[in-house]
Amino acid sequence: MKEELIVSGKHLPKIYPDLHLWHWEISLYLFLGGLAGGIIFFAAYFVIMGKEKAMPTAVKWASIVAPLALVIGLGSLFIDLNHKLYFWRLYTTIRFQSPMSWGAWTLLLITPLSIVWVASYMKEMFPSWDWKFKFLNKFEAFVIKFRKPFAWIMLILSLILAVYTGILLSAFNARPLWNVSILGPLFLVSGYSTGLATIMWISQNESERKVLSRIDLILIAVELFLIIHLFMGFMAGTQVKQEAFNLFLGGPFTVSFWVFVVLIGLIFPAVLEIFELRGYHVPKWVPSLLLLFGGLVFRFVMVEAGQITRYLY
Amino acid sequence: MRYAMAIDTNKCVGCADCVVACQTENLVPHGYCRDWIVEKVDGTYPNLDMIFQSERCNHCDNAPCVRCCPTGSSHIAEGGIVLVTHDECIGCGACIESCPYDARYVHPDGYVDKCTFCIHRVDKGENPACVDVCPTYCLHFGDLDDPNSDVSKALKDRNWYVLAPEAGTDPQLYFLR
Repeated sequence: MKEELIVSGKHLPKIYPDLHLWHWEISLYLFLGGLAGGIIFFAAYFVIMGKEKAMPTAVKWASIVAPLALVIGLGSLFIDLNHKLYFWRLYTTIRFQSPMSWGAWTLLLITPLSIVWVASYMKEMFPSWDWKFKFLNKFEAFVIKFRKPFAWIMLILSLILAVYTGILLSAFNARPLWNVSILGPLFLVSGYSTGLATIMWISQNESERKVLSRIDLILIAVELFLIIHLFMGFMAGTQVKQEAFNLFLGGPFTVSFWVFVVLIGLIFPAVLEIFELRGYHVPKWVPSLLLLFGGLVFRFVMVEAGQITRYLY
Repeated sequence: MRYAMAIDTNKCVGCADCVVACQTENLVPHGYCRDWIVEKVDGTYPNLDMIFQSERCNHCDNAPCVRCCPTGSSHIAEGGIVLVTHDECIGCGACIESCPYDARYVHPDGYVDKCTFCIHRVDKGENPACVDVCPTYCLHFGDLDDPNSDVSKALKDRNWYVLAPEAGTDPQLYFLR
């Protein structure tokens, strides 16, 4: 039997736990960023399609959640920084090779714009709303006048925002679990699905929920398809990819991934949505809650598991 | 100019003098280190083979930590030395996640810290502290573009390997065997 033993002299407790550097702050942000991206995307999409009347929750009410999620997410990212007082350094430069740089710039744009989006619907949601200042009224009229171009901008920004949550991880060559290009689309679809779940939870309108439910079923199917492809890629990959895959097949993340993410977070809510579309009564919060739960666990699993995987040398 | 280091694994005895010299020279806070010793044993008992590797930042030519840094704090200085500008670093940890060699750590003051090849000494024409202190003379430092430098001479007649070449980082620590 060939023995191989590697002993590192770096047994310094202050360094090694720190290399496992990203914790709940990053997972929570990836979840909230995807969720906000989903809400903004569908709000913008239905405005562009001219379905504002048919989809009041998606366009107006649910869009209140987006800036809240973004602000909490940004706070969480800020907590994660180790050199907090220097955070403004992000905005003194643009570095195209760094996903984190253009992610930070996207957040700087989309967060205030998502607040403007909600503000432009305030009078429709609360008829007695008064802006008090004249310039705010003028600004509101301006936004309402250019609503469609505004929706297009939000649509594109929401795509970047949601894809960024995946690309942030996939850009790291040193962590084989993350370093797969499919992570971008996977986080995009998963984020949009959690966004839809939030809209469906808030929606009081039966016909609107049916439309959203159908879109969500497609997203869940695409997500499952992408997950299968992700693991096919790992199985056919090099040794480091196979080790990454083993974390999910018998390793410490097997149950949390296949049971909590895939079964409870995707398949089960999809079945409930199909039953609902067939006319059975399903409490509307159940599939939504399961989807949100699955999305959150998915991000925790990916962030934690990715940091274990590494090159073997 | 291309600074690099060669580590003679046949001479290294794993005394960790390089680690202590670095901690002293660079005032590395207690409990942290910028370089470290890896002890590798392989073979079948009783025929075991052991080598020591004195490791540090590989000052990669294609450095993933520089690529992913969102503020440009991680940068490549003259001679290919990878450095962190402390007051541009936000401590996000992207560089730590991107390093296949785990060569970086978060300094207690918040910024990310790592080996600098003792650039303050190298600029004066001296060797890095770890090289000067090594009792077996197993560390060789210098400019690869200069055929008369210590490192070029050490690499000339010896076989060497680098760590994780498959990561595509083009590392500049050469381990002689």
